[in-house]
Amino acid sequence: MSSVKRAAAVPPVRPEFERAVLDARNVGEILRPLSLWEQITNVTALRRIFILVLLAALWQAYAVPLDNPLIFPTFSDTVTAFWGGILSGEILARTAVSIRLLVVGYAAGVAIAAALTTFAVSTRIGTDLLSTLTAMFNPLPAIALLPLALLWFGLGAPSLIFVLIHSVLWPVSLNTHSGFLSVSDTLRMAGQNYGLKGIRFVLRILIPAAFPSILTGLKIGWAFAWRTLIAAELVFGVSSGSGGLGWYIFQNRNELEIANVFAGLFTVILIGLLVESVVFRSLEARTVRKWGMQR
Amino acid sequence: MNDAGNAPPPVGTPLLEVDGVTLQYKTREHLVTATYRVGFQVHRGDRFVLLGPSGCGKSTLLKGVGGFLRPVEGSIRLNGRAVDRPGPDRMMVFQEFDQLLPWKTVQQNVMFPLVTGGSCSAREAAERARAYIDKVKLTEFRDVYPHMLSGGMKQRVAIARAMAMEPEILLMDEPFAALDALTRRKMQEELLQLWSDIRFTVLFVTHSIEEAIIVGNRILVLSPHPGQVKAELNSETHGHGTAGDAAFLALQHRIHAMLFAEAVEDTRVHP
Repeated sequence: MSSVKRAAAVPPVRPEFERAVLDARNVGEILRPLSLWEQITNVTALRRIFILVLLAALWQAYAVPLDNPLIFPTFSDTVTAFWGGILSGEILARTAVSIRLLVVGYAAGVAIAAALTTFAVSTRIGTDLLSTLTAMFNPLPAIALLPLALLWFGLGAPSLIFVLIHSVLWPVSLNTHSGFLSVSDTLRMAGQNYGLKGIRFVLRILIPAAFPSILTGLKIGWAFAWRTLIAAELVFGVSSGSGGLGWYIFQNRNELEIANVFAGLFTVILIGLLVESVVFRSLEARTVRKWGMQR
Repeated sequence: MNDAGNAPPPVGTPLLEVDGVTLQYKTREHLVTATYRVGFQVHRGDRFVLLGPSGCGKSTLLKGVGGFLRPVEGSIRLNGRAVDRPGPDRMMVFQEFDQLLPWKTVQQNVMFPLVTGGSCSAREAAERARAYIDKVKLTEFRDVYPHMLSGGMKQRVAIARAMAMEPEILLMDEPFAALDALTRRKMQEELLQLWSDIRFTVLFVTHSIEEAIIVGNRILVLSPHPGQVKAELNSETHGHGTAGDAAFLALQHRIHAMLFAEAVEDTRVHP
């Protein structure tokens, strides 16, 4: 063996063979259903609810020994205050005021963003306009415009809608535009090959192809709008007799009804969770997830 | 394709005439001349192959015929009419798998151009889509979204989609290049089977000499940088069945020599 040099190593000639493969039924486990526990832990909603329950328990465990309802009311006090607010109709009425404003501002912001990005994809000067405007205004907090808005539009809904539009417009346009830019050349050519042009091309090819980015923009826009609205209501409070949730929080703080303040915040969070997990999640499930564009 | 099967037109009236076409495109730094005064004619029922090494402008030429690119010199005419924009009479099958619309099922993908083109009603489109999906053997996958299909299946959908439009000419841009060898061979066989069923006209781009000989009945050999016509050859008699024959190998060697000579020259010019 020692006489065989490494460089001259020749593999041995081995006999050939052919074999019949086993019937798959005899191999054993090929397809096994997951166990009940695995199936339960696979449900996203259940995992998330578990986290929420855990957080509530931690809150209660911290607040009960603290025993200071003026600084930090317990979870159960907050829920009671929340329930009381719901039953008396006050929270619902305030929420309705906020939501109405939000829907108007959000819809207007998205509509303007749609127009702006359509202009931006169709012309070069439009692209420049959009990127300059977003670079200028996207970092500007909407709430910083509130004093100006109050000066221009007075105390009332128009001022709030103005800052809402500002908070929605830029993130939505930015995401939509970058989504349009990332649509592959092949898909564009396929669309043109069908004879699609102009607005039909945008509607039938670009928008669905860029939908993951558009959806992200809509989500960010929603979060910005909601937080801007509550903050704006806190700052300048009531308009024409009926304030929104922000005003409810502010008012109760002044009256040292801290449990109610928490109930107000609770409502803000609850609506945020609801929109995220019901509206956007089902929209995602019906679109980008079904199409395999997102996991 | 409708009349190709029953009434062969008189010889000498080509379907597609490409005449002295020079194509250029711009990159960020350069103006690239992809093809220089290329001319050829495709007749109805042809399986016409554009063959050449990468950089010979064969894909650019196909995009020119597709109407995505205007020639700076020369003319491209389909049925005597100049090609000036993309259109559904020249359906394209791309190499990339992402040519299908991910938000539509297989059936909807095949129907979509039929409906948007307004060439037929929704019912008619559904029926025609079904027929062509059956032809490419994807009947079971009709209601599946593209992301759940394998690469070969996606290309089959793209072929079904293009053929359902019953275009004057089918443009295929290296449609099997991204597939594994076994799937590629199967797809070539299926394409030839479809051709003998329906007798469509296809302009097929490839860089594989073997594929060109098997798929095509006429091969245009292009030189690289910029693409110019080196030869136009017949390969009607060759297919998968004759792949080992002396004549097949001879043709393969002949083309190989043409392309290889060019490659040597090329390396000498640009060391």
